[in-house]
Amino acid sequence: MDAIELGIVALKCLVIVAVLLTGFAYTTFLERKVIARMQQRLGPNRAGPFGLLQPAADGVKLIFKENITPVGVDRFVYFLAPIVSMVVAIMAFAVMPVADPITVTIGGQVREIRFQLADFNVALLYVLGITSLAVYGLVLAGWASNNKFALIGGLRSAAQMVSYELAMGVALVSVVLVVGSLSMNDIVDWQVAKGLPLIVLQPVAFGIYAITAIAETNRAPFDFPEAEQELVAGYHTEYTGMRFALFFMAEYINMITVSGLAATLFLGGHHLPFVERFTGNLPWFVDIGVFLAKVILALFLFIWIRATIPRLRYDRLMAFGWKVLLPISLANLALTAVVIAFLAR
Amino acid sequence: MLDDLMHLVRGMGVTFGTMFKKPVTIAYPEVKRPVSDRFRGRHELKRYDNGLERCIGCSLCSAACPADAILVVPAENRDEERYSPGERYAAVYEINMLRCIFCGFCEEACPVDAIVLEHEYELAAYDRREMLYTKSMLLVPTAAGVGGTPQDTRGRDVPFRMGGMDYFKTPLEVKRALPAGPSSVGAGE
Repeated sequence: MDAIELGIVALKCLVIVAVLLTGFAYTTFLERKVIARMQQRLGPNRAGPFGLLQPAADGVKLIFKENITPVGVDRFVYFLAPIVSMVVAIMAFAVMPVADPITVTIGGQVREIRFQLADFNVALLYVLGITSLAVYGLVLAGWASNNKFALIGGLRSAAQMVSYELAMGVALVSVVLVVGSLSMNDIVDWQVAKGLPLIVLQPVAFGIYAITAIAETNRAPFDFPEAEQELVAGYHTEYTGMRFALFFMAEYINMITVSGLAATLFLGGHHLPFVERFTGNLPWFVDIGVFLAKVILALFLFIWIRATIPRLRYDRLMAFGWKVLLPISLANLALTAVVIAFLAR
Repeated sequence: MLDDLMHLVRGMGVTFGTMFKKPVTIAYPEVKRPVSDRFRGRHELKRYDNGLERCIGCSLCSAACPADAILVVPAENRDEERYSPGERYAAVYEINMLRCIFCGFCEEACPVDAIVLEHEYELAAYDRREMLYTKSMLLVPTAAGVGGTPQDTRGRDVPFRMGGMDYFKTPLEVKRALPAGPSSVGAGE
């Protein structure tokens, strides 16, 4: 790896962070607008044209808020928790392929630039691992805050995670089984080669992934760790200003990540497997648009569900995860395995 | 199970459909809801068509006010410096808007329909002192081409309404016990 290569990687990192933070800001805006319309309200429309500067106003407000550190907190962990949440949220996006690679000539050398920070063969495993770490931010925040509501919120997030993560993993294993690879690019390429997105072959896995993804990102109706009516603000009760904003960012960036994962694994990623049968491979900038459109679609689904379904009781999610989702995903896995074995003969 | 799923789907349909309905929000500072004709907002002190003030300084509004928000200090009219058709006028007329409960009793008590609760309701201020509305703030401006008060009405008939009846011939040339010259309290507004 030479200096130019290193520069490219650094640039990619910067772009990912910048895009994710902008994406976060405008996901909150989209959410507020969409939910407002679903409740026959107008939503934010004061800052800038159509309220488009609202995220900037929110950011400025949060930056200038006082950072209160309550008495009795475990200071080191208290400061660490939002950082853990945020770092983990951004890291997970590193393996997401956003477009086909392009070749450019820099300094007389032909280089291939991938629209993906890192392409390695266990990318899906990496994403699952990293997103599972997100729960540490919540648990640590709840534990360090010296607040009963925060503690209950943190404990809930831990209890919640064990009940959905298994079903999610098993559901994704069926996808891996079909494709035969854990690499993001292989999964996308497989869908393009076969000419149909995996949602067609694995609708059950997609359904389970969609449900568990909502639980993964602590979104309504599974937002138990921060259930306002029960727990004030849950694990971030004692956080103010930018520290709170870090949790907030982490939640929305996680939403973007799981949406991107859904797009990549089930919807054909940055390709349009159905259309590209006829048009051939589309150029890279169309790829980016396609990926973006799929992510926004998934985000809309998140928001739509939040606007519709009230929060469950939190033991219901655990029962649902263990007694419904896990058996279904296991059955789906077994069925997939049998079919593949049968076809392979 | 399937039934539950259908309920979910129907719920999602409701929110999605609502998205295309017209929002019910009224964008307040730009769009204001019309108030009822009988809405009781900020007070105004009315005038006659010729520009004279209706208020005759009788203090009945002040007496009727359950919140004790109105202060009236009356003074005598003089023919060469006439504010209202009657004998007296309000030299000082103040309403403490922080005390006012907008009940409209002052309006009902007024024998000459001088005080009316109009439709203005944006009455916020940054300072409590600004909420003490003085006569100059409450008094409506005169119509175009009509002189304001005080007027010199020597030798003229001035119409005014009192107790629901119009009085056209007012004995303006009544003798007064007050000494001539500028009134001590009458210079008010």
